Amino acid sequence: MQYLVSVIHDTPNPTTPAEQAAIEVFDDRLKAEGHWVFAGGLNLPGTATVIDNRGGEAMFTDGPFLESKEYLAGFWIIEAPDLDVALKLATEGSKACNAKIEVRPFQ
Amino acid sequence: MSVAGVREAITQACHEEWARVVASLTRRFGDLDIAEEAAAEAFAAAVQRWPADGVPPSPGAWLTTTANRKAIDRIRRENKRGDKHKEAQMLSADDPPEPPGAIGDERLRLIFTCCHPALAMQTRVALTLRMVAGLTVPEIARAFLVQETAMGRRITRAKAKIKAARIPYRVPSAADLPARVGGVLAVLYLVFNEGYLATGPGTDPVRHDLTAEAIRLTRLIRALLPHDGEVAGLLALMLLTEARRTARVSASGELVTLDEQDRGTWDAALIAEGHRLVRERLAAGVAPGRYQILAAISAVHTSARDIRDTDWPQVVALYDQLARLDPSPVIALNRAIAVAELDGPEVALAAIGRLEDTLAGYHAYHATRADLLRRLGRSQESRAAYGKAIELAGNTAETAYLTRRRDQLP
Repeated sequence: MQYLVSVIHDTPNPTTPAEQAAIEVFDDRLKAEGHWVFAGGLNLPGTATVIDNRGGEAMFTDGPFLESKEYLAGFWIIEAPDLDVALKLATEGSKACNAKIEVRPFQ
Repeated sequence: MSVAGVREAITQACHEEWARVVASLTRRFGDLDIAEEAAAEAFAAAVQRWPADGVPPSPGAWLTTTANRKAIDRIRRENKRGDKHKEAQMLSADDPPEPPGAIGDERLRLIFTCCHPALAMQTRVALTLRMVAGLTVPEIARAFLVQETAMGRRITRAKAKIKAARIPYRVPSAADLPARVGGVLAVLYLVFNEGYLATGPGTDPVRHDLTAEAIRLTRLIRALLPHDGEVAGLLALMLLTEARRTARVSASGELVTLDEQDRGTWDAALIAEGHRLVRERLAAGVAPGRYQILAAISAVHTSARDIRDTDWPQVVALYDQLARLDPSPVIALNRAIAVAELDGPEVALAAIGRLEDTLAGYHAYHATRADLLRRLGRSQESRAAYGKAIELAGNTAETAYLTRRRDQLP
């Protein structure tokens, strides 16, 4: 079972070196325990472009699809047998990156 | 057997067997939805067949077998329709079985799944009442003054989340158990309090159906986790509160406060059982949690034959102990009420003055303040405080009581 673990920021402050170090320790743990699938940090929402090609003519919009104070700053995709394990890992992850986290199952 | 006798047997079977049937079906088929529907069909079959065929010698076994058959029928029907996803959607219950003992009871898995922290509190309550207590969706909707369709959706969404997010169907590990039991007890206490302090303009001031259901479920948890002090504490607290239920509301539907209650009408058997549990916890010599302390406070109140005999120093000491565990303003407010009896209303009023910022929206804060001001002869301020309390109170008996008290001010 795979879960998307989203990192939600509400300030545009960059990750501190201490947070970065803690994230790496957490990443290593995920890999060592077989939970790691993929992860990545994202640039600020202002760097996003939204494309809508539903009408046949592609429309480009500068900026994120949703304007809000909270934004997706990065994510992990983890492998876990059930939600309890995923929530435990996410609890550690939240501490490591010092941010709120959402856990959502893949279909 | 008479018709009434059969109906009685079915009600009893529902109380005793519903959770067991749902739990064992969930374990077998890995699907709460199938388990719930098959259990409901089995009980419907009992309603249809028992009056003619007689109550089977082992109602539980009959219901389990019938429900199993219904579940298999449904799965076959769905497989014929080409639903091959069933297996992929099974709940994860493939962990090794727990060692035998109380903790291995199937019903515990069910309770912990329904009270999972990833579900909203209201959802946990609804799911527990449906899956564990066997209340119907309309009954639960009525209990919480929610539209039936909305309650149905809430339960359906919860089952979908349990399945999709794979909330496990198991008893938490020993390390997680205390916190998770705490979560279950919070659900049961909420059900009890909604019954005891029912809100809403058209509702009975006390909803005995809900308090009884909460007690029944807490007894079940107590049987399954007999060594958990907080479970015993919550059961004792509920029993000692329930014992005073009939004395708490007057014939005219007005709240009767502790000092004015006819203590002769308190239920002696419930009080004896509650006191026994409190004594058992005291003898255990383990630092008590909040439910055990609340139960001990209740035990002090129910030990006094008259309000004047109440051991107030003991009550205040227990509140002090509780405040160290849970420094919440509501606990501080209740402590102040006891302090008023020990040190007088002036001291208590000073103590609750500090709580105004956080409790300004809580009717009990204003009701307490109104009562203290009344006792100090400060009628005008008291009247205003009663006004605020009446505005905020949701319980009809409480509103009636507060209104009379306000109108009796000199």
